[in-house]
Formats: sequence, structure tokens, C-alpha cells
Amino acid sequence: MYLPILSMVVFSFNASRLVTVWDSANSPTLKWYYSLLGNDEILDAALISLKVAVINATGASILGTLAGFSLSRFGKFRGRVALNAMTTAPLVMPEVITGLSLLMTFVAMQQLIGWPVGRGLTTITIAHITFSMAFVTVVIQSRLSTFDMSLEEAAMDLGAHPFKVFFVITLPIIFPAILSGWLLAFTMSWDDLVISSFASGPGSSTLPMVVFSKVRLGVSPEINVLATLTITVVTLIMITVAWWMARSARIERERLRS
Amino acid sequence: MYKRSLLKRLGLTGRGIVAAVPFIWLIMFFAVPFIIVLKISFSDIDLAIPPYKPLIEWAGHNLIAIKVNFNNYVFLFTDHLYLNAFINSIKVAFISTVLCLLIGYPMAYGIARSKPATRNLLLLLVVLPFWTSLLLRVYAWIGLLKANGVINNFLQWMGLIHEPLPMLYTQFAMYIGIVYSYLPFMILPLYSNLEKMDWQLLEAAQDLGCKPWQAFYKVTLPLSRNGILAGSMLVFIPAVGEFVIPALLGGPNALMIGRILWDEFFSNRAWPVASAVAILLLIVLVPFMMWYQSVQARESAGDRR
Repeated sequence: MYLPILSMVVFSFNASRLVTVWDSANSPTLKWYYSLLGNDEILDAALISLKVAVINATGASILGTLAGFSLSRFGKFRGRVALNAMTTAPLVMPEVITGLSLLMTFVAMQQLIGWPVGRGLTTITIAHITFSMAFVTVVIQSRLSTFDMSLEEAAMDLGAHPFKVFFVITLPIIFPAILSGWLLAFTMSWDDLVISSFASGPGSSTLPMVVFSKVRLGVSPEINVLATLTITVVTLIMITVAWWMARSARIERERLRS
Repeated sequence: MYKRSLLKRLGLTGRGIVAAVPFIWLIMFFAVPFIIVLKISFSDIDLAIPPYKPLIEWAGHNLIAIKVNFNNYVFLFTDHLYLNAFINSIKVAFISTVLCLLIGYPMAYGIARSKPATRNLLLLLVVLPFWTSLLLRVYAWIGLLKANGVINNFLQWMGLIHEPLPMLYTQFAMYIGIVYSYLPFMILPLYSNLEKMDWQLLEAAQDLGCKPWQAFYKVTLPLSRNGILAGSMLVFIPAVGEFVIPALLGGPNALMIGRILWDEFFSNRAWPVASAVAILLLIVLVPFMMWYQSVQARESAGDRR
């Protein structure tokens, strides 16, 4: 399963422009790394992707937490079935459908009320939040299902208002889940191609869009470099997260023992 | 006191607001869009921005003309291209789902039965590729499968073949791409279902005289049914509408409905036709989505026991 990833990494050091034909005379080389750093198109797109991903992750985390909380705690309420359906549908729906429908909506909204004007960062971000929210909702829901309600009940018995209970007790405890939801939403947005393509306008290309237009024509050594960098960053983050989680689990165990 | 009960009647409780915020967002940006797509699928194409004619217009003399154009749908049903694309997409998605199941089940099973220490490491290994860009991983397969790509070069170097095998831009490449990309989506629900299983049931079955294979077939498999269904839906439904993998790995004869929709929209600027394609695709997929929802509900009801 790791073979493709490995091959991309190895060939990013290949001097030959033909990517997969190893040029033993000149490789391994870092020349594609330098060329990538000088490639404005890719760097601009990366910046746009970053902005969108951060705003999206934050927005989706907030909305997803609200939705997840409502769905797991509020029992039956009016519109529950609808909310449940709308938060699980984006998980399975093909992206071309959600992308197309969002674009049509933006166009219709522009005709009706004059906003959003044209398509760009705003529309991409709104589109991303809409589908990332589904993922965060699922994460929060599953975290809340194993939550110990007695802590909240104790706080309320002591006279705290429900809102205060949420912010002081619940939120800190489910914070790791919210964080992982944030990371998940960030990744979904960072990698997204289809929905971004539908929701974007001239001059607002995200990184995946630029990569896609390059790879449609075949392999490219700069893309291999990009891949290597992405994989390295992700792996480092994952290792850090895993180490941190193992550490806090160990601390928890020792605390319980004493 | 009076103020509070008034607010309550308006539904403006604290809880109401909490649930309403995501609800309203989703209505605006998820539910309403589908209605708009439906409306556009009934419109005429127009050489303007936006490229469709309005449904309702004034026709003078206090008349409103509502044009509901069924041509788009008729076009889709009579032109064989679209029908073939639909059928091919469903076939490809189905076969990919089965392959994912055959490959993913043993992996999920292995992870579920391993020691808790190794389990997290294995899960991390499975999930890690998922966090790296799908686009880049599919791109990696281009490098592996093309005529002077890694696999062909390796096989030629080994002397097993003399000419490069045409692997890229075929249905075969597409299957590899889809199975490779969707495998984590199959493994994770399967694992989460298998993890909750009571292994003592297997021991009991074997004590009662079942051979290991029988025990698996009669005990494990039925109990993991929810996991199998959830994983399958999670692979099948998005795979039907998949665009990226067919566009990069499949050839011109790898007709997938996702590509058709994209081409209709971006290359032909035929928004009404693209919308009609989307609606039909939605109609085909909604039963599966509802099935998925009911499987999830059953699974979490089982959890709360």
C-alpha cells in the first residue's frame, strides 16, 4: 500500500525530466526542489489552499460541534431527522454532485440578492465548510457517545447554568475530539479538488487544482517533490500526534494508579 | 418569567439556537442547492451568463410563462453514451466494492485481533495514506503504471517481458486506483465493528464442534454484517460518481458518469444537461444512502445496549 508513495519520494530526487527513468549520471539531485520553490503558480495556490483550509477547519469545527452535540444530546427534536440526514449525506455523496449544486446555488444567489459577487475564496470556503462539517459532526457524536454525563449532572446539581457547564466542563474534555475534527476538516479542504473546481473563480485556484492541471498531461518531477514534502509533513504530524496521545494515555494510567 | 415562556414558544431556547445554527447553514448550502439543480435541469440552455434560461418569465398581458423543458432528460435517456456511462459507473463501483471487501476484510480482521499495542500502530499505518492527498496518491500510480514507468521498467529489467505492458489509461488502471484509494473507507468501519465483537462466541462455537472456517462463516460473518454494509456503502456510493481517478488513470473508453458530468459542465458549458445528469445520479444513489443511514442507526443502537 505504500509502494506508490515510496516511488514518488524516490523519484523526486531523480535528475531526469522523464521522472520514472532514473538518470544515474546526475541523480540524486535537489534541483527539482529548488525549481518548486521558485514556482509562483504553485506557491500562490498553496497560500490560497492554506487560507481556505484554516477558515474552513475552524468554521466546520464550530458548526460540526454544534450539530454533533445537538444530535447526540437533545433526544428527539423537531428537524432532527433532517439534521441527521444533512450531516451524514455529504459523507457518502459523490463530490461532483455537491460541487455542482453549490455552484448553481452561488450563481442563483448572485442573481437574486447580488451576493456572492463572482466566485473566489469566499465561495470555496463556504462550499468546503458545508461538506467538512459532516466529518466533524461524526467525530463529535462518537466522542459524546462515550462521555461520562455524571460530571455534567454534578455541575448542574451544584447550580451551574447549562451554557456554563458546557464551556467549563464538556468542552475541555471533548477538546481532543474537536482538535481531531479540525485536523480532519483541514485535510479534507487542503486536498479537495472537485468541489474547489466548481466553487472557484478566475484567479482563485487551490493547490489541488493546479496539481491536477499539471498531472493531466502526465508525470512531472515538481509534483513528485510536492508529494514528498506533503508526505513528510503529514507523517511528522501523525507521529507527533500518536506520540502525544500515547504519552497522555500513559500519564492517565499512572494518575489512576496513584 | 413571561419573557422566558414567550421565547420558548418561539423555539428560541438555548437548545433551539444550538441546533438551529448548523441546521440553517445546511438548509441554505446543502438542501436548497438540490432544489436549484432540479430547477435548472428543466431549463433551456442559453448563450449567456449564466448559461441557462429562466423557468418563469413574463410573457406580456399579465401572463406568466413557465417553461419546463424535459428535453434534457429525454436527451440523456436516448443518447447511448449516458446510459452506458451510468451502467459502467455502477458496474465499476460494484466490482471495486467487492475487491475492497475481499482485501479489506482480512486486514480489518487482522487488526481487530492483534494486541492493543500493535493495533494502534497498524491503524496509524492504514490511516496515514488517507491523510496524504488523494490526488497525489493517484498521481503516483501514473508514474508506476505508464509505459516507461516503474513497473514496466522493473519487469523489463527482470526479463519477464520485452515490451511495456499497456497498463495506464485502461479500466484495469482505474480499478487499481479506486480500490487503492477507497480501501481505508472499507477497513475502518469493518474494524470498528469487528473490534466490538465478543471473541468468546467463537470459542463457544468451536467448543460445540465447529471447525475454524465454519465458526467464521456462521458466527463472525453474520455479526460483522453491519460493518460490511457500512464499509460497502462508504465505497460504492462515492465511487459511482468518482471523477478524479477515471480522469487521471482511465482511458477515453473508461466511461464514468462523474467524468461525463464534469465534461458537460466545464467543456460543453451545458449546465442544464449536467444538472439533469446530477439529478438522475442522485435518484440512483439515494436508496443506497438511505440504506447506509439505517445501517448506521442500527449499529449505534446496538452500541447503546
